[in-house]
Amino acid sequence: MRQSNGYIIVFSLILTVVLGGLLSGVSQVLGPAQKKAQDLDTKKQILGAIPAEKEKLSAMTPEEILSRYSEVISSEVTNYQGEIVTTNEKGEPVVAENVNIEKNYKKTPENRLFPVFKYNGGSEQAFILPTFGAGLWDAIWGYVAITPNMETVIGVSFDHKGETPGLGARITSDDVQARYRGKELYDNQGDLVSVTMVKGENTPESALGPNKVDGMAGATLTANGVNAMLENYLGYYQNYFEKNVRNESMTMNVENNNQ
Amino acid sequence: MSTETVEAPVVKEKEALLSKRRKKFVTDPLNDDNPITIQVLGICSALAVTTQMKPTLVMALSVIFVLIFSNLIISLMRTAIPSRVRIIVQLAVVATLVTLVNEVLKAYAFDMYKELSVFIGLIITNCIVMGRLEAFALGNKPYDSVLDGLGSGLGYSWIILAVAFFREIWGSGNVFGYPVFEAIGIENFATNGLMVSPVGAFVVLGFIIWVQRTKTGYVEH
Repeated sequence: MRQSNGYIIVFSLILTVVLGGLLSGVSQVLGPAQKKAQDLDTKKQILGAIPAEKEKLSAMTPEEILSRYSEVISSEVTNYQGEIVTTNEKGEPVVAENVNIEKNYKKTPENRLFPVFKYNGGSEQAFILPTFGAGLWDAIWGYVAITPNMETVIGVSFDHKGETPGLGARITSDDVQARYRGKELYDNQGDLVSVTMVKGENTPESALGPNKVDGMAGATLTANGVNAMLENYLGYYQNYFEKNVRNESMTMNVENNNQ
Repeated sequence: MSTETVEAPVVKEKEALLSKRRKKFVTDPLNDDNPITIQVLGICSALAVTTQMKPTLVMALSVIFVLIFSNLIISLMRTAIPSRVRIIVQLAVVATLVTLVNEVLKAYAFDMYKELSVFIGLIITNCIVMGRLEAFALGNKPYDSVLDGLGSGLGYSWIILAVAFFREIWGSGNVFGYPVFEAIGIENFATNGLMVSPVGAFVVLGFIIWVQRTKTGYVEH
């Protein structure tokens, strides 16, 4: 009887229903906590792009991080043309924190939504821009904090899904990310050139100049991914800065104004 | 019937909760029958997650949890499972438990979830789990199966923690993220990049197996 087809089918059905029910129940119960954890993680990464905030992050409790976030960050969403987007095609309000960069990445740039996080930490103002791209093995993403005139990098926070530990995965380390601080996004001709990570490590600062950062030995392909990611996304945000920031900004650079 | 009279004395002479026979279920896999170093199962995760001790500890606890509960559940169902579909039943139970672990980590330890995510999922394919179900839980009582799961889990855990200890201290100069070398005044400790890559795990694991086999005299035939 134990071996009859009928018994096997009934047994499998009961097992499937019990296990399936258990799993969906657990996912219902844990759903809110998971969403909160994910939200906290995103906000931590956004704040982590500002070096001054990053230092304090590790000593802060989740509640302190959330309240600090709401204190210093305001956000909006823009599109490729640089227009501010407040509602989606269904008429629902769009919240920058909920814009899924990875899902948008699958669309063409012209159809994507681009969140902008404005940081106002009293003495320091910054725009924090999310970026997304492909590393050597899997997705890489990050947040880049730049000065309000879109000229200088204040700090970056990178993360990755599956880069090689000790090689490409070093983009998450503090010393690699610190290399981006103070780098310029425009070259002498006033063209947006982004910041490029060079091949090879321990390149002297004099050889790098303001648009390049030292590379990671053994991780040139990950570095290429980071370079492409930064170049692409800074390009996408250019319209936003032209339309919304430069016009208001008092610290306009004459060079850039002529563009 | 005679069978009933045979059963009665067994109940009277109830085995101690931790009799010698049962202790062996827990202690054997720690050394003489270690799942990693002797049976050479679960090597994949032993190499992949052991760059630092903290994620390794979470991984170890997850595997212990999955081993104990899958052993318990399969042992409880062992007379009801049709033998023709037993592998898929085991797989379903293990997959459910692993998904549970994954969901709990995602909710309450998001950093660990990000770091371990793929490898937690891969516990499903960890040969230790299925191996214990096939070799033990299908033919033994629930309590014995729990002990067996605990033993195999601990045997797996101490090996990966040992590997992680050496990889973290040589690879990044830390123990559980704490910079030990800086603490004792050695500022410029040269870390070994090889230890951070999976190759380092092979080397460390090789040494552990060597030392262990020298002591136990175990030879593979």
